[in-house]
Amino acid sequence: MSGASNESESGSVSAGDDRPVIEVQDLEVSFRGRAGGTARAVDSVNLSVERGEIVALVGESGCGKTTLARTILGLQRPSSGEVRYQGRSLDYGARALKAYRSDVQLVLQDPTGALNPRLSVYEAVAEGPRVHRMDDEPGRVARALSQAGLRPPDRFFLRYPHELSGGQRQRVVIAGALALDPQVIIADEPVSSLDASVRGEILALLLQLRRDLRLTLLVVTHDLGLAWNIADRIAVMYLGRIVEVGTTEEVLSDPKHPYTQALLSVVPEMQQIEPVVLRGETPDPSRIPTGCRFHPRCPALLDGRAERRGVDDRCTASPLGVLPSTGDHRAACWLAEPAVRSGEPTPVT
Amino acid sequence: MSTAATNLEPHQVPTTLSSRAIARARRAASLKRFARAFLRQRGGVAGLVIMLVFIALAASAPLLFPRDLLDITKTLGNKSLEAPSSRFWLGTDENGRSILAVLVWGARTSLIVGLAGSLISMVLGTLIGIGSGHYRGFFGSVLQRLTDWFLVIPFIPLVVVLAAVLGQRGLGTIVLVLGVTSWPGTARLVRAQTLSVEGRPYLERAKVLGDSDWQQMTKHVLPNVMPLVLANTTLTVAIVILSETTLAFLGLGDPYRDSWGTMLEKATNAGAASTGAWWYLLPPGICVIVIVLAFTLIGRALEVVLNPRLGSE
Amino acid sequence: MPLLELRDVHVTYYTDEGPVPAVRGVDLSVTAGEVVGVAGESGCGKSTLASTVLRLYPKSAKVTGEVLLEGQDVLTMPWGRLRAVRWNEAAVVFQGALHSLNPIQRIGKQLSEPILLHDKEANAAGSTTKVKELLAQVGLPARYADAYPHQLSGGQKQRVMIALAMSCDPQVLIADEPTTALDVMVQAQILDLLTGVARERSMAVLIISHDLSVLATTCDRAAVMYAGRIIEEGPARQVFEQPEHPYTRALSGAFPTIGDATSRYAPVGLPGDPPFPGDLPSGCPFHPRCAYALPVCPTVDVRLLPAGPDRAAACVLVDQAVAAG
Repeated sequence: MSGASNESESGSVSAGDDRPVIEVQDLEVSFRGRAGGTARAVDSVNLSVERGEIVALVGESGCGKTTLARTILGLQRPSSGEVRYQGRSLDYGARALKAYRSDVQLVLQDPTGALNPRLSVYEAVAEGPRVHRMDDEPGRVARALSQAGLRPPDRFFLRYPHELSGGQRQRVVIAGALALDPQVIIADEPVSSLDASVRGEILALLLQLRRDLRLTLLVVTHDLGLAWNIADRIAVMYLGRIVEVGTTEEVLSDPKHPYTQALLSVVPEMQQIEPVVLRGETPDPSRIPTGCRFHPRCPALLDGRAERRGVDDRCTASPLGVLPSTGDHRAACWLAEPAVRSGEPTPVT
Repeated sequence: MSTAATNLEPHQVPTTLSSRAIARARRAASLKRFARAFLRQRGGVAGLVIMLVFIALAASAPLLFPRDLLDITKTLGNKSLEAPSSRFWLGTDENGRSILAVLVWGARTSLIVGLAGSLISMVLGTLIGIGSGHYRGFFGSVLQRLTDWFLVIPFIPLVVVLAAVLGQRGLGTIVLVLGVTSWPGTARLVRAQTLSVEGRPYLERAKVLGDSDWQQMTKHVLPNVMPLVLANTTLTVAIVILSETTLAFLGLGDPYRDSWGTMLEKATNAGAASTGAWWYLLPPGICVIVIVLAFTLIGRALEVVLNPRLGSE
Repeated sequence: MPLLELRDVHVTYYTDEGPVPAVRGVDLSVTAGEVVGVAGESGCGKSTLASTVLRLYPKSAKVTGEVLLEGQDVLTMPWGRLRAVRWNEAAVVFQGALHSLNPIQRIGKQLSEPILLHDKEANAAGSTTKVKELLAQVGLPARYADAYPHQLSGGQKQRVMIALAMSCDPQVLIADEPTTALDVMVQAQILDLLTGVARERSMAVLIISHDLSVLATTCDRAAVMYAGRIIEEGPARQVFEQPEHPYTRALSGAFPTIGDATSRYAPVGLPGDPPFPGDLPSGCPFHPRCAYALPVCPTVDVRLLPAGPDRAAACVLVDQAVAAG
């Protein structure tokens, strides 16, 4: 069985580059819903990712994490706010966007669907370099396949996706991203459709890529265990907003937001905590509750904790401020002291 | 790092051969697989045989029946509307020409029109179909409306109008009209398939890698759409041939060319039905039916082979 | 007497490439009120195993052994009896079942279909009441009977599938990957539902999943499958926390305990991939991926060996450990 070493793994920041690689400011992405209303998939988000960091964007389906990831990639234009790469706001012109694509790449969830079944492994990995007219295409492809753990690479050149296992296909997708020598890789549920015994290898690969290639990673996932395995920092999303942010240790050992607490409690591996199974499901993004968006399902409100602390009327009526992108462990909750003390947040329309 | 030793095949891929050569070999292998699968479809094989027989006959028309036989001025000695005999296997028409000769020459017209018309239809339909499926905004809706508009144009009045405008009712006009009125069917099919392919993750990946619209459409959408287009095109050939026959029967065909439709028209005008000259009416009618059947069988078999979910597998 | 018992079940598929042994000798039993879990990844044969209980495997498959439902062998049952048994005595919630709801029929109609099919005295009015009861059992409001599938979320659809399985009051319920593709909160809700229903009605429930941690928290007993065989079994929690077989160790390590420093930045995985059933390695099928493989492993086809009280594992190391005392 493999396993990377524990020491000296946490996010390395290269000297001389203090700017965050990716910065998201007041981002909003809205869609026109089918019934005519507006669905705010991303409802004011601040996020920053430092160079060499692995950040996990955690949440359930419908929380907006995939929309946020696609907006960072430039596949989706925000309704307001901006995405900054290396300090500069994203330019959505065709040429600028294409140049951006060679720096920020995506690894999709389903490796089987992500590969065109008619193209060989070589062609799939060479697609990026070809589009960007990079030189030494065979060399790049071979190097990318090796980096992704498929060795010897030429053995895989002429295979087709249906001849490979799930884990190998995901490595091919990763190689396709690596072939462009990116700075940042955004991985959307990189291991959720893979067999359990193969997950660890792919996650170990991601850690190794961060180590060897100084890659920055943003991992979108619903799996807290994955975050525990590889993430430096976690941002928890609910209904379009980040509700808690901090280092992995901080958020997972001492969660401050009732939603995070509930999520953590139902993870099957956490037996020491009494599971708090929330009732119902995440509401529709076109009908975000007033006040704190989580209040209809919040265990702290339902069992009286909020009342005892005197914040229950705020939970239902006063909207919370948007968490800043940097700083320490914060939660957007009236019960979490820093939020209560750090001033009355300006109501967000 | 893992290379899944248990899943690799024992045969060694020779790395000395270029990737192009291997790709060619793979394509040849897949063509062979396709041929074998097609040959298992009995209907398709029957259709293919029939089609090949007709093509062979049409191609060798000048050898079998010299052009002179069609010249009315050369047939003065023959009886008109003579029943089949040992000299004229299918009898003669009202001008004394051998019906068999006219029939075989007519096959050329029908097949040429059929193939040319469906080629236009396929090219136009594929281009516009992929375009309207890929571009979602204003451009896409424009293409969609264009498709809808052409879909409802009836081809018979269009021939009349175009003939009047262009001043002649030649084969070119007919091919143009039929091509222009049958591409919307293909376009809609292609658009639906494009939408389904565009939803697949590898299209999103292509976008993320930086592929332009054109690259996305040609590299990923087109190869996935082509099998459907091919199957649909063979069916279109059948429809076009039938439409040409209809036009000719209504007197809108090329008056200087013999086709099965003109034969039917002339037969009707000569009163073959009332005089019982079945040898004039039946052969062209049967030929049309058989050729349409042949192409339909081929098209159906192609659909089954190229879309594994439809077959009995 | 166990409600469901599988004895030495073998299932072989016959494909163009030759015979593929999907299940190679499985013994399993579930008693009333018990929840048993079967863990495994793709290709291990767990779904095939589930299909034998109601004889739902393809005609080309060859099945030997015995599958006893309340003492009667399903494999040799006459067709008429089998039809009566299906859904009435045992029901299956299939993998990805939420996609098999008819999109143009209302939920209530789909739920009443098996009721009307199996109960000759049932009428429309009676079935409406039963449908309302079923929806209540799975935690859905009664008005959902008039809804169409597309109006429901993934979790709600899965509840409907469970209600559908319960519609004829079976004694045995098999859930194949009931929580895959569901969020972790919805997953918890569904698992609570399944176990609640099992204990309330003293049903025998078999849950199949690739997530061993899920089984550890919901099942009484767990069996781990690999390459068509059970390679470890015992009380669910023990199997997860103190695995005896190296494969189980990897499987439980794949879902790390949050807060455990040893798994921080240290994902646990196995090299290679799960074997394809048509092309199994010699001897112990796990040996190519095993970190503890001994020279004897490729040669001996090891079966389940006792590994402690109420524990068993198919590994030669267990034998030595046991022998060592």
